[in-house]
Amino acid sequence: MTDVYRMPSLGSDMEAGTLIEWAKQPGDRLHKGDTIAVVETQKGAIEVEVFHDAVMGRPLIAVGDKVPVGTPMAELESAGERRTERRSAGRAAGVHAEQPKAPRSTPEPIPNRLRISPAARRLAEERGINLAEMTGSGPDGAIVLADVRAAAGRAEPPPPASAQSTPRAGLDLAAMRRAIAAAMSRSKREIPHYYLAHDIDLTAATDWLAGRNAERPPDRRLLMGVLLIKAVAVTLRAFPELNGFDRDGRFEPSAAIHVGSATAIRGGGLVAPAIHDADQLGLDELMARLRDLVQRVRTGGLRASELSDPTVTVTSLGERGVERLYGIIYPPQVAIVGFGTPALRPWVVNGDIVARTVVTATLAADHRHSDGHRGALFLAKLATRLMEPDTL
Amino acid sequence: MTRDEISAIALEELTNVAPDLADEAIPLDADLREEFDLDSMDFLNWITALHKRLGVDIPELDYPKLASLGAAADYLLRATESSQSSPPAD
Repeated sequence: MTDVYRMPSLGSDMEAGTLIEWAKQPGDRLHKGDTIAVVETQKGAIEVEVFHDAVMGRPLIAVGDKVPVGTPMAELESAGERRTERRSAGRAAGVHAEQPKAPRSTPEPIPNRLRISPAARRLAEERGINLAEMTGSGPDGAIVLADVRAAAGRAEPPPPASAQSTPRAGLDLAAMRRAIAAAMSRSKREIPHYYLAHDIDLTAATDWLAGRNAERPPDRRLLMGVLLIKAVAVTLRAFPELNGFDRDGRFEPSAAIHVGSATAIRGGGLVAPAIHDADQLGLDELMARLRDLVQRVRTGGLRASELSDPTVTVTSLGERGVERLYGIIYPPQVAIVGFGTPALRPWVVNGDIVARTVVTATLAADHRHSDGHRGALFLAKLATRLMEPDTL
Repeated sequence: MTRDEISAIALEELTNVAPDLADEAIPLDADLREEFDLDSMDFLNWITALHKRLGVDIPELDYPKLASLGAAADYLLRATESSQSSPPAD
């Protein structure tokens, strides 16, 4: 049976994508979640994944083609159909642990997933350089601009003196601005937001974090942002009406809690890629995921599923912002939780005014699917969580 | 290691964390977080890189002492000199 792989939608604001590269060749096996191709979108170069096991079939579009969301990109054959003898190899050996013995047309081993910086990819495209034959010198063998330049046999050209600083290669900030405009306009037009705010005493969490970080080297330290995301994720378990999607006016709850973490792009714009199952992760794991996400927001390599499936968004001003922020829901989600900058403020404890570290948490939620009463209970419960950091 | 060498390393690691800063002239006394918009994750990644590269311990309480490239060079120079005799804690 032959199926097709279609240009995925990476958010309600995406209309089309450009194929930059196939990550797989015809005949290659794909497991659910494997990257099949890299697609250029308004959010930069994104790795798009398959949703079920399959075998890569005939490509239906070519590298460089820009096609609307939903356009068939390649044929997919059922995973069970071909090379059933490979079953004996066992799953543990991995899909690319051995190359196909069958006389396939695949000319040479193709790395399972090439890691290439967008700038390197662009230059290689201009010069017609085959990236599959290159060895990268970047992190984890990633192919970086210098490798492609070396392969092109050219000395590194000096950057033009008047060059605008580019925040991230491969990212069109004007296109991203239009995408944000489209999504936020739709949100404000269609979603009846209600807003709530609550001041939360973060002193215990701050002290707990300082004590924990004092004993650890920098690469194992946690940021307050991780505690905030975890607290939101865990609290959401009891508030399913805030976690899920609006589908043409009907609410579709999500059993999984995938927290979109709004991350500013240096130079302008933002993305909110998902930390999957954030409520299930320990703090160290959550920190590692957040670090990895921010890294990939900075340098490229976000995956399609991360952009398309957050079930809720958390946005934090961090250490250098203002007291509070009111978020705008990212459709089709139904809620966004915002945190202002934690600061020392006068606070009443047992009848005395004392200085405490306080953060203002806000909730903007879709009034079609929840009410302020429940939203208020959510923020109150969130406060309780954050005041008991041991429970996170 | 001299202060200039350490300063160059600090700048190199900074531009690894925030590649867009490679095009910028960063004054030695400029506050990196305020003037160059480093967020807490960027800053932590920078500290992590300096810790690994130079083998010096940089406790969280000392972060304010690395607010600018110049201040960071001073701090790291002292730290590398005082850690000459003992191996870096990890």
